[in-house]
Amino acid sequence: MTGPEIERLIQLLARLPGLGPRSARRAALHLLKRREVLFLPLVEAMTAAASSVRTCSVCGNLDSCDPCTICANPKRDPSQICVVEEIADLWAIERSAAFRGRYHVLGGVLSALDGVGPDDLSIAALVRRAGDPAMKEIILATNATVEGQTTAHYVVDRLAGLPVRVTRLAHGLPVGGELDYLDDGTLAAALQSRRAISSAGGGG
Amino acid sequence: MEWIDDGIVLARRRHGEAAAIVSLFTRAHGRHLGLVRGGAGRRAAGVYEAGNLLRARWRARLSEHLGSYACEPVEGFAAGVLDDPLRLEGLAAACGVLELALAEREPHESLFDATLELLRGFARPGWAGDYVRWELRCIAEFGFGLDLERCAVSGTNHDLAFVSPRSGRAVSASAGAPYRDRLLALPAFLKAPAGDPADAAEITAGLLLTGHFLERFVLGPQRRALPAARTRLVDRWRHSATISSRSTRDS
Repeated sequence: MTGPEIERLIQLLARLPGLGPRSARRAALHLLKRREVLFLPLVEAMTAAASSVRTCSVCGNLDSCDPCTICANPKRDPSQICVVEEIADLWAIERSAAFRGRYHVLGGVLSALDGVGPDDLSIAALVRRAGDPAMKEIILATNATVEGQTTAHYVVDRLAGLPVRVTRLAHGLPVGGELDYLDDGTLAAALQSRRAISSAGGGG
Repeated sequence: MEWIDDGIVLARRRHGEAAAIVSLFTRAHGRHLGLVRGGAGRRAAGVYEAGNLLRARWRARLSEHLGSYACEPVEGFAAGVLDDPLRLEGLAAACGVLELALAEREPHESLFDATLELLRGFARPGWAGDYVRWELRCIAEFGFGLDLERCAVSGTNHDLAFVSPRSGRAVSASAGAPYRDRLLALPAFLKAPAGDPADAAEITAGLLLTGHFLERFVLGPQRRALPAARTRLVDRWRHSATISSRSTRDS
């Protein structure tokens, strides 16, 4: 029905997350119809990204420079490191604009099923970074799953003895969450992590 | 084919983008796998955490097919232990041992009930002793029960202090003294009625005892090693034992 080049394009697009064979066919057709405005710029962007993007040797983030833009930014607080499982988690926290420190990407979680042990994660590099005299706080932002928290506890053990404060993200109610729809575990965690409400407010 | 049963989540492997293959330890159908559509998605993530109890409906065209699960949460045990490293490793170790040791689709109803009791007990003090007893129960369930009632040499039921690593039978302190380096320690709480408190050194000894026989009798023949979570559990208790013995010595 179509030439081998188009079939190859469809096959490759179908490997992308969120795309099956049918949607890959639609995407390929869309690209081919908009060759000048979309297809060729996309090819250029992908070629440029493939040749320039690399893993940051400090934190494990992906960027076109090494150290990455976050690690090289002098305005970021060098005394705080937020430890995340994957780069997608780093990007999620960056989107929130709630954290002005630096990051460390572990590259996964401890998982016996997947054969991931401590040596497969970037834990030794984190311990080295935490040993920096300027370091004050390590924030563990691993997922609230059995594997994520197992990894967090393991990291806490490895950081024991270093003069840094180790904290973790709170577990509880999401913004916009309704109690009736929350699972028992989240509700229990939210109750355990309750805190006093000040009538004075935070206006300073 | 269709059935409904209670099941404890042992493991979840991602399958494609949003689906997952979930391994459940069910009461009447043993360890049983099934595909969960959307099981790796955000909405279902909390439901299929290891250790959670679910009400599962399994469907397949033929009984030998993988089939698919539709599950509802019944009791969430994982969330209650996330903040406690020892309990979290205990829960992960229990699920890991069952995932490796249980044959597929072979019912073990009494072990299911014992596992459920163990999971409910993680909230109570003394759970670690219960965990060691649960592993003894596992070893017995697979046909290799240890005889910790009387000495294999003298037949006495007093002064039991060791266990033979080959036969799994208890040995008294006097009969075992010449071979103490080659025998496994029998911690006092395993001789006492369930519920008696055990210190960190005893829990470590208990875990080393059950770990030896799990490897020798249950997992070794399948060419499998103990799960990593269980190894970390032993390390944590050993570390606690070292700290408490050091503090006792200092005081």
